[in-house]
Amino acid sequence: MNLHAIWAIYLYEMKRFFRTVMESLLSPVISTSLYFVVFGAAIGSRIDEVEGVSYGAFIVPGLIMLSVMTQSISNASFGIYFPKFIGTIFELLSAPINFLEIVLGYVGAAATKSLLIGVIILATAEFFVDLDIQHPFAMMAFLVLTCVSFALFGFIIGIWAENFQQLQLIPLLVITPLVFLGGSFYSISMLPPAWQTVTLFNPVVYLISGFRWSFFGTADVAVGYSLLAIALFLGICLALVWLIFRTGYRIKS
Amino acid sequence: MATIVKVNDLSKVYQGGFEALKSVSISIEQGEILALLGPNGAGKTTLISILCGITSPTGGTATVDGHDIITSYRQARSLIGLVPQEVALEPFERVINTVRFSRGLFGKNRDDALIERILRQLSLWDKRHSRIRELSGGMKRRVLIAKALCHEPRVLFLDEPTAGVDVELRRDMWKIVEGLRADGVTIILTTHYIEEAEAIADRVGVINHGEILLVEEKDALMKRMGRKTLRIDLKDPVSAVPASLSDYDLELGADGRTLSYHYDTRGDGTGITRLLQALSKEGLSLRDIQTTQSSLEEIFVGLVKEGAA
Repeated sequence: MNLHAIWAIYLYEMKRFFRTVMESLLSPVISTSLYFVVFGAAIGSRIDEVEGVSYGAFIVPGLIMLSVMTQSISNASFGIYFPKFIGTIFELLSAPINFLEIVLGYVGAAATKSLLIGVIILATAEFFVDLDIQHPFAMMAFLVLTCVSFALFGFIIGIWAENFQQLQLIPLLVITPLVFLGGSFYSISMLPPAWQTVTLFNPVVYLISGFRWSFFGTADVAVGYSLLAIALFLGICLALVWLIFRTGYRIKS
Repeated sequence: MATIVKVNDLSKVYQGGFEALKSVSISIEQGEILALLGPNGAGKTTLISILCGITSPTGGTATVDGHDIITSYRQARSLIGLVPQEVALEPFERVINTVRFSRGLFGKNRDDALIERILRQLSLWDKRHSRIRELSGGMKRRVLIAKALCHEPRVLFLDEPTAGVDVELRRDMWKIVEGLRADGVTIILTTHYIEEAEAIADRVGVINHGEILLVEEKDALMKRMGRKTLRIDLKDPVSAVPASLSDYDLELGADGRTLSYHYDTRGDGTGITRLLQALSKEGLSLRDIQTTQSSLEEIFVGLVKEGAA
């Protein structure tokens, strides 16, 4: 294992993050605050409690997930797409490292960044609502697992993408709708029965539900299913990454 | 001398069927400078890309210091430095960071003293905190060289290092290459500039259509294949080449004062003695004579044409 190389990639990527730290952190903080103002204060004050939790607090886990998922994907996809785009990927390919080490460096850095953003959003939320996290360890575990698996997914998109449009395609067309319809801002039980069934096909529902359970002890689906869902997603991403590197797909001719 | 890079029957067929390398074999000796000459699309970059791990071969094997480039890629690649043809650098990164990054990628401990030495050697030390996009094209090429050298490679591939570089920088680059050779680094460079191969290479390989046409000591190659020209300056101009000299295929200069005679050093006799005797018999008095050797460029063009025919 070339630990120096993993560390070099990790550090390099983190430096990029800190070079634009204001932009990287400010925008999620501002957008989260806006959500709180709009949903929490303006609309939320007219909504009763959801499952025994004030609406402002209820949306916190969903908001964190929304940011963490999109940030993980965009950080990781950009991280590996950029060297492909400007040609510096030759250096990764000609270095004495294997693909696992490349993934650890890039995905590790992307996951760290989104984890930081998640924690900062949580801290911001504390300013607006009272939060009493019931299962803090489970909360961190869900957060880390989501960061890692979505960073892996982002890495795959970055490898697959051949232009900047494709880089944006999946986050915009797939992830954002799934997160919005995945119960970020509402409980599934608030939907008509037919839509409740449809919603169960949305994998993001399980992630948000599990994460919310770690906060409030209530969930749309049993927490075991949530764990299973995130493990499954992680497994699929790992398998895809393994396949990409075995075949050299879109990296090596 | 020991062989450091050994290539056996290496071939590459790209998707779509283009055969970039056809069973190429070559041995590169430790500490030498080998220039690979060939027109665009000849297979130079493909060969280097395979040896460095950027492209997978479709057939054949290659070793670097005895380590197979596929099965022992870690050992093989850690000995290799690559300066690519395209200037590929992250524009917003600072010079020193990108060089440190390269060293880390190759699994080496941070070594600020070494990096300082390399950056000074390449006249980059004053620019170490500059962002890449603030540098001139020539400076960027130096950064690429610094990145390739910072993990102390024993074999350095320079893929057209001086393409689009001004004369001064090219000379600087040659000096750097000389310095590296003095340190015992083996250098393989591809180039379009035959002048470059002529100036710095020990051996020259000519590659075209994915095949190596020849690999030879530069001096021997030039001696073996070199045609020479004897230029005779006449004291008094002549209007035509005298009939008695018609056997020598002489060229008369436009002013009637010079005669050029082409001869081949490979032959048993060059014919110079007979020509000079004939000239004096003809009563022509000479003002000056000089000989010039044909350049590698002419040899190269001749070879590539021969290959195409």
